[in-house]
Amino acid sequence: MQYLWRTPGSRTAPEEASPIGPPPLEIRGLTVAYHRRPVLWNVDYAAPPGGLIAVVGPNGAGKSTLIKACLGLVPSVSGSVEVFGRPIAKQRRLIGYVPQRESVDWDFPVSALDVVAMGRYGKIGWFRPVTRAHKEAALHALERVGMADFAKRQIGQLSGGQQQRVFLARALAQEAQLYFMDEPFAGVDAATERAVLQVLRDLDAAGRTVICVHHDLQTVSDYFDHALLLNTRVVAQGPVARVMTPDLLSRTYGGRPMPAPAALGAFGAEAS
Amino acid sequence: MMPDVQEFLQIDAPALLAAVLACAACALVGNFLVLRRQGMMGDAVSHAILPGIVGGFLVAGTRETLPMMLGALAAAALAGLLIEAVRRLGRLESGAAMGVVFTVMFAAGVVMIEQASAGGIDLDADCVLYGQLETILWLAPTGWASLADPAVWAALPREVLTLAAVFALCVALVGLFYKELKITTFDPALASTLGIPAGLFHYGVVLLVAATAIAAFEAVGSILVIAMLIAPPAAARLLTDRLAAQILLSVALGVLAALVGYGAAAFGPMLLGASHSLNAAGMIAVASGLILALAVLFGPRHGLLGRRRAVGRLRAAPGFVAPEAQKP
Repeated sequence: MQYLWRTPGSRTAPEEASPIGPPPLEIRGLTVAYHRRPVLWNVDYAAPPGGLIAVVGPNGAGKSTLIKACLGLVPSVSGSVEVFGRPIAKQRRLIGYVPQRESVDWDFPVSALDVVAMGRYGKIGWFRPVTRAHKEAALHALERVGMADFAKRQIGQLSGGQQQRVFLARALAQEAQLYFMDEPFAGVDAATERAVLQVLRDLDAAGRTVICVHHDLQTVSDYFDHALLLNTRVVAQGPVARVMTPDLLSRTYGGRPMPAPAALGAFGAEAS
Repeated sequence: MMPDVQEFLQIDAPALLAAVLACAACALVGNFLVLRRQGMMGDAVSHAILPGIVGGFLVAGTRETLPMMLGALAAAALAGLLIEAVRRLGRLESGAAMGVVFTVMFAAGVVMIEQASAGGIDLDADCVLYGQLETILWLAPTGWASLADPAVWAALPREVLTLAAVFALCVALVGLFYKELKITTFDPALASTLGIPAGLFHYGVVLLVAATAIAAFEAVGSILVIAMLIAPPAAARLLTDRLAAQILLSVALGVLAALVGYGAAAFGPMLLGASHSLNAAGMIAVASGLILALAVLFGPRHGLLGRRRAVGRLRAAPGFVAPEAQKP
């Protein structure tokens, strides 16, 4: 029995992603407000299939809120979100999520493997235990981020970068088609940055779509194919070469001084 | 010196059973309060249900469990709504909102008790705080041999039966929804994206705490309920890094506290030559506090001594340079 919450009628199998099918993510007229202050205003966006997409914008631009509203974690005032052409509640098994690392309590008494196995819960469903096959899938996901040796370690005993990789492994264990990641590169060490980047490229090669909130403007063009420039409204969207321009960035960041063009990409060239 | 068998079975055994079941049930559900950082919620619920219990008693006019249970559940639900209302309308953080609501509701309950006892009804505020462990009697057994008779077991006191049912309910729910409780406690956002109703589990935990508190309240009093919701899970957390082990250990520690506390209260003063006995619920709370203190000191990884040993090992390791030695 799968987790079917609020959608008891949707027992049909979710559609597989196909290049000619509906887009992985389609947002229409999405508006979200906290205490009557709009955080997102009339956002329209259609994600291209199979790409790495960066969501870029200043602090308070609504980047995390956009992801959370797409996932149904914060209520929207108006608008609709569709995943592969259907409402998100019917497509949960196609979605993977990497929240911000600070969003959970790392003192929690579970091992890295336990956390990664949580990514399998959607496939396991009610009243069934985590079987050996699911544990093996979780261990394999840990291997892919170079964390297999830490499987039994309590999560509080891991470094920040290792914790981030555990979260990434958990998303891999979800075996999704569309991934939402909230700042997976924030505050991580070089080894983790390489591991995260490798996972993104593997997902891209496998035809998955990844939507990443990303704060480091200098690496956007090296790590991602597409970008969505956001500041409450959508400022621009499209291939990075077309939207990561000083003019559009300056409009996104409200005219604040931008890094010199020479600095753009210099950091990323070294990392890749 | 030793009390005879019949006296033990009729007076001590039912009280011990009630204490053990109350402690085990509270410890079990308390794990999820402690892990959700909502220890205050146990305090709030166990106080806020008082007007409901008194109301149920006044309406029904008897000490039957059902009307009190219904009243208490209604009070718990009202408390939940009021806390949310105070938090939203007053723009207060939830701890402050709980603090306001549960003290006001508890005070209302005490006022109701005072008014009721002025009218000659048998309820008093002391038994709310300390419970009535000593008054739980099981008159059926006459000796060890009588325990083979099913009729003797059928005559178990109502408090013990209620507590046994609530403990069984807690075990069943935690067992059935273990995986979901784990994920909604650790990462409610991910749980929601998987289709697990994290909000429903949040209210489910609060309701289960309320039901447990209500069942335990009458027998062991609110002080013990609060202590047992928090102390055994907190101690167990210091002794292990695995959730399943923590839950089992917390129940074991709760039972241990009940046995040690009751034993100390009932037989301790007698062994010391005094003629009176101590309040059992109070002693059990003290025992649980002592267990927590021991866990804080001697916990293998999180305890104070364990941490000191770890630092000592680090200092003894080759290549270690003490921070003070690095200063120029």
